[in-house]
Amino acid sequence: MSINSNIPEGPLETKWTKYKSTIPLVNPSNKRNLEVLVIGSGLAGSSAAATLAEMGYKVKCFCFQDSPRRAHSIAAQGGINAAKNYQNDGDSVYRLFYDTIKGGDYRAREANVYRLAEISPNIIDQCVAQGVPFAREYGGMLSNRSFGGTQVQRTFYAAGQTGQQLLLGAYSALERQIGMGTVEMYSRHEMLELVMIDGKARGIIARNLITGKLERHFGHAVLMCTGGYGNVFYLSTNAMGSNVTAAWKVHKKGAYFGNPCFTQIHPTCIPVSGDHQSKLTLMSESLRNDGRIWVPKKAGDTRKASEIPEDERDYYLERRYPAFGNLVPRDVASRAAKERCDAGFGVGQSKMAVYLDFKFNMMRYGRVEATKQGIENPGDDQILALGKEVVKEKYGNLFDMYKQITGEDPYEVPMRIYPAVHYTMGGLWVDYNLMTNIPGLYALGEANFSDHGANRLGASALMQGLADGYFVIPYTIGAYLSKEISTKAISVDHPAFEEAENSVREKLGKFISIKGSKSVDHFHKKLGKIMWDKCGMARNEAGLKEAIEEIKALRTEFWQDVRVPGSIDELNPELEKAGRVADFIELGELMCMDALDRNESCGGHFREEFQTEEGEALRDDNAFSYVSAWQYGENNWTLHKEELKFENIKIAQRSYK
Amino acid sequence: MSGNMNLTLKVWRQKNSSDKGRFETYKMQDISPDMSFLEMFDVLNEQLINTGEEPVVFDHDCREGICGMCSMYINGRPHGPKDAITTCQLHMRSFKDGDIIVVEPWRAAAFPVLKDLAVDRSAFDRIIAAGGFVSVNTGNAQDGNNLPISKVDADEAFASAACIGCGACVAACKNASAMLFVSAKVNQLSILPQGKPERMQRVRAMVAQMDKEGFGACTNTGACSAECPKEISLSNIAALNREFLMANLIDQEG
Ligand SMILES: Cc1cc2nc3c(=O)[nH]c(=O)nc-3n(C[C@H](O)[C@H](O)[C@H](O)COP(=O)(O)OP(=O)(O)OC[C@H]3O[C@@H](n4cnc5c(N)ncnc54)[C@H](O)[C@@H]3O)c2cc1C
Ligand code: SF4
Ligand code: FES
Repeated sequence: MSINSNIPEGPLETKWTKYKSTIPLVNPSNKRNLEVLVIGSGLAGSSAAATLAEMGYKVKCFCFQDSPRRAHSIAAQGGINAAKNYQNDGDSVYRLFYDTIKGGDYRAREANVYRLAEISPNIIDQCVAQGVPFAREYGGMLSNRSFGGTQVQRTFYAAGQTGQQLLLGAYSALERQIGMGTVEMYSRHEMLELVMIDGKARGIIARNLITGKLERHFGHAVLMCTGGYGNVFYLSTNAMGSNVTAAWKVHKKGAYFGNPCFTQIHPTCIPVSGDHQSKLTLMSESLRNDGRIWVPKKAGDTRKASEIPEDERDYYLERRYPAFGNLVPRDVASRAAKERCDAGFGVGQSKMAVYLDFKFNMMRYGRVEATKQGIENPGDDQILALGKEVVKEKYGNLFDMYKQITGEDPYEVPMRIYPAVHYTMGGLWVDYNLMTNIPGLYALGEANFSDHGANRLGASALMQGLADGYFVIPYTIGAYLSKEISTKAISVDHPAFEEAENSVREKLGKFISIKGSKSVDHFHKKLGKIMWDKCGMARNEAGLKEAIEEIKALRTEFWQDVRVPGSIDELNPELEKAGRVADFIELGELMCMDALDRNESCGGHFREEFQTEEGEALRDDNAFSYVSAWQYGENNWTLHKEELKFENIKIAQRSYK
Repeated sequence: MSGNMNLTLKVWRQKNSSDKGRFETYKMQDISPDMSFLEMFDVLNEQLINTGEEPVVFDHDCREGICGMCSMYINGRPHGPKDAITTCQLHMRSFKDGDIIVVEPWRAAAFPVLKDLAVDRSAFDRIIAAGGFVSVNTGNAQDGNNLPISKVDADEAFASAACIGCGACVAACKNASAMLFVSAKVNQLSILPQGKPERMQRVRAMVAQMDKEGFGACTNTGACSAECPKEISLSNIAALNREFLMANLIDQEG
């Protein structure tokens, strides 16, 4: 299969508008006969399913949670970007485009990113119309804040619960269609196989998680909106159920996997507290608007934060990157924290943490409030109390969350934070239409690889998920479905369905029959440790080679010694986990191979051999300006390269100094 | 480690929706106070798997208090002994050595038990499908700043919209009423200008669906709001009652 990104001709600014108006349409009576399967109900899936149903297609939507409203998008905290320029601070479609390409360290497609920036304002309008209660100013206008990697305020938010509010908006649109009978919803269902007929995606096998029954579903097209695979590291900020299984199944059926090694490690998460830890909790990037990051200047300092005087603190981000300060992009901030901790300057019991301190800005806000309220000569305590109120209004839920988990009050002592796995830029390879290399199979949202290059900027995943679902796929799917109008619904008795169902049943039975001695979690934790140590924030050739061998060994051990209790005909979370971990193990190997292939550092992919004298990522644009698209093979993967052409942006060494 | 605890768990076990169910007792040793309640259940399940028993099924996903999936009724209270948090946010430092902890599923006719501690809450989705939305198709929207919304209204709508759909309100109520959940959505949308055009239809449709699902009547005991992890206010219920009355009056006038 050749690799063709199908980017339309013409100048960047008019590509999408022109292309959109030339895509063939499907007339309403034909739409009613065309069936679309949407796998996933996060921002990407809900928005796509609702919109396609509004247009008249027959839609089925699947999710493994008990309700579509609980997809992992619900957990997004900080905000969503859009080039509205409401703040009159010089934002524009071009600037959002530029920031995203630069933030991604020049490893994303110009045409896709430009389209994303162009669509971004419509997303905010759509969400407001649905009743999403974004934060507002006293004058009634929408409020904005800053996120990393930008110098404008373009992030829209709803306290620290932006993902929740956006998802509930998309969910309500979806439920409205369900109520009208245009979408059939399958909650507590897990897609376990793709059905292909004559080289096209034609359906899926899904397991009803309550009864264990395997079901067959036909579709003229299948949309993978199944989220990211950060849980390959075991500990991440993702929800417990987030997984790669759906994407992995289609990869094994031939869909290319793009840039698997591009992982985002988020700088501000609550540090690990013990072996029992099951997940890590993010403290939103928005906190870096008002929190200053520091460590003691003296290595191994054991004093409490409050006992360390100002001139003995190292605000290392402000020191190293004066232009962006605490708001450098995530990859840069994470590596800087790791560097300080590795050098012995870390804080807290484990010494694997840095401080995120709000005192300075609480005092600043407090003084403003005191002036506003006409308080003369306020004392420091009074100023601080006023400042606390301001900070509480902005981030109250995050501060509460921190306190719940650590038992410490961040209004009184600085937060302790450390980087954690957060997001995966890699994913299923798609062309400009969001179609994978399998005809009729699409990928949207975090599940695809498309827009963020080697590092995603904060508040851009929500934007991308909703752009894909509300405004891209409804148009681009027409290019394919307009040619399918004469394809009658294929009976699920077709041998391809039969075969797919049998292979799924056999695999599930295998898990149960091993009856080994170790739980699924045991293997998942082991995999996570290998990945974090050798394919995490810093990677090198020797480590990656070791990791590949260790993962292969782990895979063998898993298939000999895993213990999965219960049966396949019942609600059985251990069985669900077993399937997911089996796929994570295979993915882990591919991630290491991809990281090994890329002999450069870019964005979240930091190869220790390739760095500048100052320890910054050193790209090799001549050799690696490409998307890695991996094709699955029984014994090995084949790498296809999609060249990236930069016609509108001059590539440069990324600088945030 | 010092400060670790030994505990006794009495956990509801039920094979499926037709099984009668019963409590099983489990001894937990050396539990760290830094562990979350669900991590303690992970430890229990690991033990059960290692001894060849069936692990306890419970719902959870985000483990940070936002998805609304976790749902344990702990020592007689939905989401356990602390106010304003979900089960997944509860940490073992809220318990002490030697405690006996009783864990049950949500109990309500409209939330049938599926297995052990997992229940079926799809009734909530059907209530939203009946009317919990603004009827606006993609592409119909005007500029987000065309319609100013006062900060007070935006904040109040947000406070109602913060409901995570967990169902603790139903589990807490002796009548198993869903009024707090329903009223939060009704109120969010009727405060905002975008939701006003449909407000009468919405409240009628959602209340009708709620009744159809078999939730009980609201007798204003306030247990729902007291147990709600997101502190959804009782004033939402008062607002719903006003909306409902108004909708019915308008209905009678034709
Ligand atoms: C803690 C946290 C905070 C974040 N904050 C922000 C932020 O402030 N701003 C921002 O822009 N981004 C943020 N992100 C990133 C962003 O939330 C995600 O990238 C985005 O929501 C992903 O949306 P999605 O629709 O692609 O996938 P998801 O929301 O993950 O949805 C995946 C869906 O697929 C379903 N699914 C998966 N596998 C299967 C299967 N086999 N069968 C059936 N269904 C399946 C699931 O049930 C679910 O419905 C954050 C991420 C995290 C972890
Ligand atoms: S109102 Fe509160 S208790 Fe009820 S579902 Fe919503 S968040 Fe849960
Ligand atoms: S697991 Fe998501 S709220 Fe508890």
